[in-house]
Amino acid sequence: MKLSHLLAAAALAASFAGAAIADGHGKTKVGFVYVGPVGDGGWTYEHDKGRLAVEKEFGDSVETVFVESVPEGPDSERVMTQMALGGADLIFTTSFGYMNPTINVASKFPDVKFEHATGYKRADNVSTYSARFYEGRAIQGHIAGNMTKSNIVGYIGSYPIPEVIRGINSAYIHAAKVNPDVEFKIIWAYTWFDPAKEADAAKVLIEQGADVILQHTDSTAPQAAAQEAGNVVTFGQASDMGQYAPFPRVSSIIDDWAPYYIARTKAVMDGTWESIDTWDGIGAGMVGIGEISDAVPADVKAEALALKAAIADGSYHAFTGPLKKQDGSDWLADGETADDGTLAGMSFYVEGIEGDIPQ
Amino acid sequence: MDLSAINPILLIAAMIAASTPILLAAIGELVVERAGVLNLGVEGMMITGAVCGFIIAVNTGSPLVGFIAAALGGALLSFLFAFLTQVTLANQVASGLALTLFGLGLSALMGQSYVGIKPPQMVDTQMGFLSDIPIFGPIIFGHNIIIYLGLLIVAGTWATLKFTRAGLVLRAVGENHDAAHALGYKVKRIRTLAILFGGACAGLGGAYISLIRVPQWTEGMTAGVGWIALALVVFASWKPWRVLLGAYLFGGITQVQLNLQAAGVVFPVSSIGITIIIICVIIASWNLIFAKKKSRQYYFWLLFLSIAGVFFTIFFQGATVPFKVEYLAMSPYLMTIIVLVILSADKSRAPGSLGRAFHASQ
Amino acid sequence: MIQLELRPQPSATMAYATPILAVVLTMIFGGLLFALLGKDPLQAIITIFWEPIFGEHSFYYRPQLLVKGAPLVLIAVGLAVGFKAGIWNIGAEGQYIVGAICAAAMGLAFYPTESIFIFPLMVLAGAFGGLVWAMIPGVLKVKFGTNEILVSLMLVYVAEQLLASVSLGLLKNPEGFGFPGSRNLQQYASAHNTEIIANTGMHWGVVAALIAVIFSHVLFTRHRLGFAIRVTGEAPRAARFGGVNPSQIILFCLGMSGVLAGLAGMFEVAGPAGQISIDFNVGYGFTAIIVAFLGRLNPIGIVFASLLMALTYIGGDIAQSQLGLPAAAIQVFQGMLLFFLLALDLLTNYRLRISNVERKS
Repeated sequence: MKLSHLLAAAALAASFAGAAIADGHGKTKVGFVYVGPVGDGGWTYEHDKGRLAVEKEFGDSVETVFVESVPEGPDSERVMTQMALGGADLIFTTSFGYMNPTINVASKFPDVKFEHATGYKRADNVSTYSARFYEGRAIQGHIAGNMTKSNIVGYIGSYPIPEVIRGINSAYIHAAKVNPDVEFKIIWAYTWFDPAKEADAAKVLIEQGADVILQHTDSTAPQAAAQEAGNVVTFGQASDMGQYAPFPRVSSIIDDWAPYYIARTKAVMDGTWESIDTWDGIGAGMVGIGEISDAVPADVKAEALALKAAIADGSYHAFTGPLKKQDGSDWLADGETADDGTLAGMSFYVEGIEGDIPQ
Repeated sequence: MDLSAINPILLIAAMIAASTPILLAAIGELVVERAGVLNLGVEGMMITGAVCGFIIAVNTGSPLVGFIAAALGGALLSFLFAFLTQVTLANQVASGLALTLFGLGLSALMGQSYVGIKPPQMVDTQMGFLSDIPIFGPIIFGHNIIIYLGLLIVAGTWATLKFTRAGLVLRAVGENHDAAHALGYKVKRIRTLAILFGGACAGLGGAYISLIRVPQWTEGMTAGVGWIALALVVFASWKPWRVLLGAYLFGGITQVQLNLQAAGVVFPVSSIGITIIIICVIIASWNLIFAKKKSRQYYFWLLFLSIAGVFFTIFFQGATVPFKVEYLAMSPYLMTIIVLVILSADKSRAPGSLGRAFHASQ
Repeated sequence: MIQLELRPQPSATMAYATPILAVVLTMIFGGLLFALLGKDPLQAIITIFWEPIFGEHSFYYRPQLLVKGAPLVLIAVGLAVGFKAGIWNIGAEGQYIVGAICAAAMGLAFYPTESIFIFPLMVLAGAFGGLVWAMIPGVLKVKFGTNEILVSLMLVYVAEQLLASVSLGLLKNPEGFGFPGSRNLQQYASAHNTEIIANTGMHWGVVAALIAVIFSHVLFTRHRLGFAIRVTGEAPRAARFGGVNPSQIILFCLGMSGVLAGLAGMFEVAGPAGQISIDFNVGYGFTAIIVAFLGRLNPIGIVFASLLMALTYIGGDIAQSQLGLPAAAIQVFQGMLLFFLLALDLLTNYRLRISNVERKS
């Protein structure tokens, strides 16, 4: 294979660049591949904040590059290769759909480190990382269960994938714990990004009686819809959405990639980088809980903060038995906690949630 | 989990609100196409309007000024299209697509520093006691002023096209530009004005999304509405009132879809048949009452379809399938195709010169 | 006052000169834009146009031009056939998706059996999928006179929903931990659309694109059908008097563009993309419409137009990461390029004349 020879040569050149760093002469170059535009105000926006944090942390000893709105598939493979050829030492690929391209490119550049977000395929020079957003959902669920008067909680999901299903289950378990009468109405938007549709979905949920809206889509459209309705509680998603605080937005889940990105960049600089699988939550600071506003009663707020602390120090797991699956079959025995494998591929509702997961 | 969770009054009111951006963009494009020009750049003009309106509204604090800016922004971008197609005689399909690409990029550049900002809020028009009338109150009154503006534009377009000399000239230019030119009408000037009007309307539609419906600015936030508006014009067979009807249908199906999901309704297969029957009946009665006479064959087809619908309904009575969101999301598009086929016996057709370049020396 | 005068014959010189002029103008205005954004304009232009072809890493980018350009050529050649006849298939994106779904389904149906027959069967399935999707507007137009622009466009959205549906259901990788998306066809030897000669970017899709170009060229220069298609587009009534069956032309043109778009989807899913996923389609079907016009509906022209578009995509990505240009600036730049190419096309068919006499009207 001639190509691999050439690429190996290029990779060799890249490793020379790496050698230069070891001597303290060069900058560490970190690349970021984004699936959306930096201006999406959500998923990509937060990753880019992480990139800026890396720049701020290391100043002149680091150089970051990024390419935005890269379609998943061959285009992303080309962009990654281009970054590797351009001398990047570490490349973060920030969407699930980049999984196979990342593995492909990584095999051609053994000396470049890759970090793939939300995937499950690793290699010697490919790590994976993801956030335990469901931990944040537990806190939201707790507040939602307490705050709802109609006992109807609306939930806007993107696509029926394990990540989203996990969030719904976690929120429901903790809402039902404080309010056994609570009912979840779930709308699948079937889009990652369509603010108008998110607004519509929120309005529909409100019209059907929901007075708390949880969203797994990134725009502020549901916040605005709730504000218009006047008495509906929402939570920020991906970013704090503080412009809607203190009401309707009473708290938020914030994607905070900065600590991880800084740590991994540091590892490359120190030569201590290893392929790992990171799944961090509130404890490690990857999942941030936005300030709980005063619209939440003081006792509920105190409970929520206690829950947050318990999750953070590991004394409590968001999926702790006894829990049953939707069909009534046993899942977790009393005190048993869910294993990461089951959580990663979660494709069932827990008992109490009505409706079917679209197949 | 049942249908009773859905409030029909709120549903209709929501349908009206949701269809406004499509309606505005489509009525503008209708005028453009009636003048014989096919502008596929609606999406680009909408998103430009969305960002212009947002920027100005944030800076002036007035959503209304924002809407004016959006109309201007959309018109300005469409001027580029007018120049390309009317002066340099470039191909309209390609120019329109390029306009969309350009508009998406330009709007993203312009809006870079406006991500995550909340725009000034537009208050709903206060209609006093009118909004309190049961049923009709929430449906007809108590909307945003832009929604009424949209209806006004539809009515104005209809009246202008039908009753005024300007409308006649516009249609003449669209039907046969050579003949219109021979009669001394300035084909290019008229078409340019139509294109600018289309751009302004698309801009308004875009600003409705960024200032009222969502309201926020994010790149690419129109998410394909412009394409639907384009489809709607053909769906409406270039008639203003049908644009209104079609906009409610397009906007409405998404609303119904979301409502059904939230209520957790399972999908009764027989409803497909019932839908077909209802559509046939509506079309037949519409034609019998309002439109000119149709051929016997036309009604035969409607009857045939209705009977097929009845059989379908009986055969699948009681059968339900798990709720498939993808299929419901497809349904507006499939319905458009079905309705198009049914309407095809209708004699209304595209303007004669649609999409063709005009040069006086030809 | 400047007046336009129709040339008796399109100018051959201008046909070659205008694209170059357009690129130069785009460089100037694009450079201004980049300067406004605070970037070195010269460096940006060099990065976009020079780097991929002659730069340090061009050994990698040159093959990528083929990978990116091949689907555009395949789809645009098919579309151009219809456009010449005045048949506006703007739903190639949908035909591309359905072709890919059918091909992937065919391949995965045999998984994990290895056989040399699987790949050809997938090619057939891809072509069939595109054909069926294009025949819907075709048959409806012939039978009922419905507008093919609208029907084909609507079917794009239907196809996108279908894609989401199979990614989450029917074709979902059973070993994918519940994540959406099919198995990776790159790891299924019998189904993988590999590079024929390593290091060149030459996969079977590039070969198919070349065959399509030659076929289309012969069709229009040597074959009666090509003539009939042209006449139908330029003078429909004359064509009918000349014994051309319009229904046949409609079905042929839509069918041909559907087959080619379906094939493009097939080669993409089996090769560079590797799997069916929710976001599998990236707009080749729409870009190809522009490409068809930039190439003046001429198969050879389309090849050049596709390569130019591919160049701006690849160069644009390089400029993003090397110079920190936002993706939006690249989009605006591409838009400008298209505008100039389209506008200057005028000079091919018309002559500018400066006259002193103001026209009376």
